[in-house]
Amino acid sequence: MGKYILKRCVMMVISGFIIMTMLFVLIRLLPNQIHAVQGGFDQAVRDMRKAWGYDEPIMVQYGIFLKKVFTEWDWGFCTTIGTFLQDVTEYLAEKLPYTVYVNVVSIVISTPLGLIFGILAAIFKNKWQDQAINVFIMFFISVPAFVYAFLLQYFVGFKLNLFPLVLNTGNDFFSWSMLRSAIMPIMALSFGTIAGDMRLVRAELTETLTTDYMLMARTKGLTYRQATVRHALRNSMVPLLPSFMADVIYVISGSMIIEQIFAIPGIGKTYLLSITSRDYAVFMTISMFYVAVGLVAGLLFDLSYGFIDPRIRMGGGKTNEL
Amino acid sequence: MSYKPEQFAPYMDMDESCFAVVRREGSVHDKKLDTKPVGYFRDAMSRFARNRGSVVCAFVILILAIYAAVGPIVSPYGGTQYDNYYSYALPRNGLCVRLGLGFWDGCSSVTANQQTYDYYSAIPGAIVEASEPYEQVVDAGRKNTLYDLTIDSYAKVGYATVLLTSKEYEAARAYEQEQGVQLFYPVIDDSQVKYQVNKGNANGWYLTNAKGVAQRDENGQLQDIFLRDENGEALYTISKMNGAQVQCRVLYSEWYKYQHGHEASFLFGADSYGYDIFARLALGARLSLVLSVLVSSISLGIGIVVGALEGYYGGWFDLIFERIKDILWEVPTVVFMSLFQIYLAKKVGVIVTLFFAFIFFDWIGESSTVRAQFYRFKGQEYVLAARTLGAKDRRIIFRHILPNAAGFIVTTSVLSIPGVIFTEANMTYLGIVNLQSSTVTSVGTMLNNGQAALSTYPHCVFFPAVFISILLICFNIFGNGLRDAFNPSLRGVEE
Repeated sequence: MGKYILKRCVMMVISGFIIMTMLFVLIRLLPNQIHAVQGGFDQAVRDMRKAWGYDEPIMVQYGIFLKKVFTEWDWGFCTTIGTFLQDVTEYLAEKLPYTVYVNVVSIVISTPLGLIFGILAAIFKNKWQDQAINVFIMFFISVPAFVYAFLLQYFVGFKLNLFPLVLNTGNDFFSWSMLRSAIMPIMALSFGTIAGDMRLVRAELTETLTTDYMLMARTKGLTYRQATVRHALRNSMVPLLPSFMADVIYVISGSMIIEQIFAIPGIGKTYLLSITSRDYAVFMTISMFYVAVGLVAGLLFDLSYGFIDPRIRMGGGKTNEL
Repeated sequence: MSYKPEQFAPYMDMDESCFAVVRREGSVHDKKLDTKPVGYFRDAMSRFARNRGSVVCAFVILILAIYAAVGPIVSPYGGTQYDNYYSYALPRNGLCVRLGLGFWDGCSSVTANQQTYDYYSAIPGAIVEASEPYEQVVDAGRKNTLYDLTIDSYAKVGYATVLLTSKEYEAARAYEQEQGVQLFYPVIDDSQVKYQVNKGNANGWYLTNAKGVAQRDENGQLQDIFLRDENGEALYTISKMNGAQVQCRVLYSEWYKYQHGHEASFLFGADSYGYDIFARLALGARLSLVLSVLVSSISLGIGIVVGALEGYYGGWFDLIFERIKDILWEVPTVVFMSLFQIYLAKKVGVIVTLFFAFIFFDWIGESSTVRAQFYRFKGQEYVLAARTLGAKDRRIIFRHILPNAAGFIVTTSVLSIPGVIFTEANMTYLGIVNLQSSTVTSVGTMLNNGQAALSTYPHCVFFPAVFISILLICFNIFGNGLRDAFNPSLRGVEE
């Protein structure tokens, strides 16, 4: 097991490094901002290029970048967005809490709901409860988030005037006014997650409920409830927990669309802003942030299988032995 | 199992005499098949036809595709024509107007004060229904007179000022005579406009006080402030540029009819630029459908080639490609899209860039499916048999393994279509891919534009949102039905 974890970690680092190199080169090869900023003052342009590190060959630039990142955790500075010359990491640290805030609440609400309704759907398979849940799943899996975000904003926010249309960007995350303004984005975020979880749970549990050991358990004299809770549910959790854990990691990456619609000043909105206003350092950093989140979530997803269910041997060869 | 050479020894030295011909002509079937054989595809299709939901969804997709194809042709505005005067015009359905249903008739209800009421009452046809005035007390005991009005969003455009050459003016006058309609109305004397808001507005032709309340005569009629010559005759034109052009005031709905030959009436309303949403949405739908079908078929092609090579040969080719795919898979879609747009959009155009970007990552999933299928089938007995009979690799891949995996591969490909539409809508909505131009649009771009006026003109968002929702839901149900039909063993298993 330890060997496998190590192997996976090394692979992850290598993948991340290759992606980072690709991104760095691609971004540095873009028409850089200095020409746009300056209008032909040779000395000024030269000084600026030097100061911004554009005067070396690209691989040397990359070396400098890596050195800065690994020794000082310096990912560059903001140019066109944020405060000029502010550290990107510092700038993003201001943005992260908003994203995490909305997403954490969303996941805390949606995971249990997804579980409960998924279990209900599996138990009442092919009855009206299941049909209703299926319609819900189909709708929220298919329809893009912005459609129901618009519906919420128009009907709940504007017509009924229950909640503010956009997030209240105060600093007090635990105040009621903040939470109240976050309710709509949280709802919009949750629908998709709930539907996804429900689908997973329903599929897994229906499969488990028809297995032979369930029949065995019932024959043995367990009630339907006992058999479901003690046998079926536990076994169907094996493939589910890893994806829930991956969800938890994805909390920090958030949803660009929801942040855009509800004006949440989080990572996703900053990312869009960095693309439109061409702030390359921010763009690079957030891209790497997303890549890292994806890699870690994937790793966790794979490893958790082995932890949850000892029957699954991770990384074994053909004979499934370590 | 392995064989030792000595096991074959008794059979090694056999000559022709050991064999006898049993039968030279005809087939060796005992009995002919009585029923028609049912092939795999026919079987799958009959299973699909039994799934009513999927069939309905297939028809809905077909209808939406027909709409996308003919929408811009049927619409008199063609998707490329726009008119700023009709920006945000409300949806109007001729049938609903005739039946007087009270909705979908291009009208909106507003509560107006005296100034607004006067403004609209000066425009012919703008007020469809008006309540009796009522008073409302505002702060400090001041009273406001209010009206509940139903406003026709097309008629409320009212008059417009146009600049014409004298030739155009003569032609329009001739048309007026011929059709018996009135296009031109007297021009306004700007010096008499006392209400600042009405300055330069062709609808402000009535006498007001400085607050904008109309000064009516004893009969309650509005008094005009037309520009008059010394005889008191109202003037219809103001000469500009030494008589090369004339400035005149026209009733815009008639003027529109004169220019385009038809009335302005938008089934789905008009957007902020005055584009017909019905035609624009069809343009966006065309893009979504064509793009998604093209992307999934091309990535299916690439996926089959790469996946077949990986799955069939395995080895270092498999290893290298798996790593490449792993790495590409980890890069978020947004990063891909934005880099592609930044690099390529100026050189080859936004749509082509979008297309390339999609292909760049869509083949990954496709090839993984094909690879898995090849791993599944390549060890089977019939492949071994084919190889023993001397079939070449190419024949085994294309004639033996691929047809067996076809159902699975095709359904994955169909199921990837809504994914592409979904991503495309998201990317254009976020503005990472900007598709707003006179000839092209996308559903996401329309939603993005409509979002600004969501509270006042929800129709700009409503129709594109409904369209994309129905399309995606139907594609998913259709794809699921297809998968159930082709792989009955997977029924009910969601992945």
